[in-house]
Amino acid sequence: MKPKVAFFDFTGCEGCQFEVLNFGPEFLDLVKHVDIVNFREASSERNDDYDIAFIEGSITRPSEIPRLQKIRSQAKALVALGACACIGGINSLKNHMPMTDVLKTVYGPDSKYYDTIPASPINAFVPVEYFVRGCPIDRNEYLKVVKSILLGKRPEIPNYPVCVECKQAENVCVYEKGKHCLGPVTRGGCKAICVSNGRFCWGCRGLIDEPNIYSEIELLLKQGLTLAQALDRFRIFNASAEVLR
Amino acid sequence: MTQINIDVHQLARVEGHGNIIFKASNGTIEEVRWEVTESPRFFEAMLRGRHWDDVAHIASRICGICAVAHHLVSLQATEAAFGVILSPQTKRLRQLLYDAEMIQSHVLHAYFLVAPDLLGVPSVLPLAATHRPVVLRALMLKKLSNDLADVICGRKVHPISCIVGGFSKLPDADTLRSFKDRLAAAIPDLEETVSLFSKLGLPEFHRETEYISLKDAHEYALLRGDIYSSDAGATLVENYLSVTNEFCVPHSTAKYTRHRRESYMVGALSRFNNNYDQLSAKAKSAARALGLKPPCHNPFMITLAQLVEIVHCTEHAISLIDDILRDGLKPEEPVVAPRAGRGVSAVEAPRGILFHDYTYDERGRITSANCIIPTNQNHNNIQKDMESLAPRLLKRPEDEVRLTLEMLVRAYDPCISCSTH
Repeated sequence: MKPKVAFFDFTGCEGCQFEVLNFGPEFLDLVKHVDIVNFREASSERNDDYDIAFIEGSITRPSEIPRLQKIRSQAKALVALGACACIGGINSLKNHMPMTDVLKTVYGPDSKYYDTIPASPINAFVPVEYFVRGCPIDRNEYLKVVKSILLGKRPEIPNYPVCVECKQAENVCVYEKGKHCLGPVTRGGCKAICVSNGRFCWGCRGLIDEPNIYSEIELLLKQGLTLAQALDRFRIFNASAEVLR
Repeated sequence: MTQINIDVHQLARVEGHGNIIFKASNGTIEEVRWEVTESPRFFEAMLRGRHWDDVAHIASRICGICAVAHHLVSLQATEAAFGVILSPQTKRLRQLLYDAEMIQSHVLHAYFLVAPDLLGVPSVLPLAATHRPVVLRALMLKKLSNDLADVICGRKVHPISCIVGGFSKLPDADTLRSFKDRLAAAIPDLEETVSLFSKLGLPEFHRETEYISLKDAHEYALLRGDIYSSDAGATLVENYLSVTNEFCVPHSTAKYTRHRRESYMVGALSRFNNNYDQLSAKAKSAARALGLKPPCHNPFMITLAQLVEIVHCTEHAISLIDDILRDGLKPEEPVVAPRAGRGVSAVEAPRGILFHDYTYDERGRITSANCIIPTNQNHNNIQKDMESLAPRLLKRPEDEVRLTLEMLVRAYDPCISCSTH
């Protein structure tokens, strides 16, 4: 029997789920191997009997926690889809601000109607078996993870920094151009797509295990950033990372 | 007597989380409500303090479908604040990128989100068996427009190489040439698409409202122009707050807007109504084939206006590639001098007029930001449409009532997480 698959979204832009629909004709090959029973973005069919749950988005409201726990109790395997679910992602940019200030800035005097908590990755509340990283996810990596799950294998997700793939892509180092980059401490797997497109790494795939944060900060200071500005570079995607708290 | 008790929790086949509530008993409507329950992300708060070179990178994350629209309006707002002048090459490449954005978003909506209702299936997946050529055509058109955007900005979701003042990497001429061929080859598929949708019946429901879009003297306005209202005429983009008038309602995490009437509509149908004359010849003939004439007051026809725009954007993209190749692509270094000040910009996102408004300090960091999203502006109009449509549905079976209300919301192609941002 084909495994039953469900997609769920919490706080996020839903770009990672749409990346799944963005496969083009290959999408039909992908869905041959699974039975999609819940994918609100694409289907009005709903079924709470599923084996694998893909979760997009971070947790930013108390009401999202029991919903996530319920999905966890149904699913045999949970897959965090994208930076928001894996590491808190862009939503954690608000984590260093008081929540009352954040609410007031957006809703003014009507902020009393609304609630929010600092953004967290989903594994802050439930165990997660697999992580598909990035903002957005990389479609090829997504395929690799899905294949591994179907074959009952552990997918190999890089634990080396973006710099490794950046060298393979023959990019000139961003630091050599006198600019800053989070590539040295950010988990690879993206083929250094941002540097290859003439930019720098913002850290959307999260930090490698045991990142050398101090030497990364030294590198940033050498580029003329103040300590506050250097630490601020991590806030865009990685404010939830324990090592930075 | 009949009871209607509809509670659609987290409506399917729309972006984001919204509920439809409709309760009636003995022919009397007790409640009809469109609720937006999406968790807000507080982008306006998060953008404060950010460096100008990071701003579009952050702002594009407002939306996973129309990331290019948010990215470009963000760049334009920053450029307006700093007085950056763009080269003709940058302007053309951005227009081409934008055509790709429109095509991909409209294809997604028409084929993946709307067509299943018209063909009586829960999603596009069962159609892969029964209507395989249709599904393959949809996937191919989506891929073509995604690939074109990827080539210009590095990655459609979320853009990389399109930066303040220009591009950090240019596409190569041969690749663009190949896209000209692919776009030209897609025209018969667009004709098939128009033919397919012209045969699918849409509900008859007419409620005139205020139609707001950009309007430009020279072209079908997508990236520039003034604000134009079908009731009130033109307003400068800088004065957008006098048009949008945002307000909060407790049952929605997204803000609502209103202008001259109790609500207004933005998006493909507003653009079609306001700027029909500037559509390409093939787009106008697609409109004729679809039975769509301006002014159209049926919100269910929004999808058809999107199909007309797909044809327009495809033709426009082909002629842009010709222009770009004729003049050749040259590397250009963006010239940006940050300064204190405010920049406001508007673009026509696939779902309608989108505003970003930033104030920068002298270090080039944002001190305040405001974003008004197309779906923000449509929520109130969806509510008013529902209130007008609901009494006409009272004698219909509950399943039909539910489907009609769901189809109404889907017609707007709401981008709900975008609207709560």
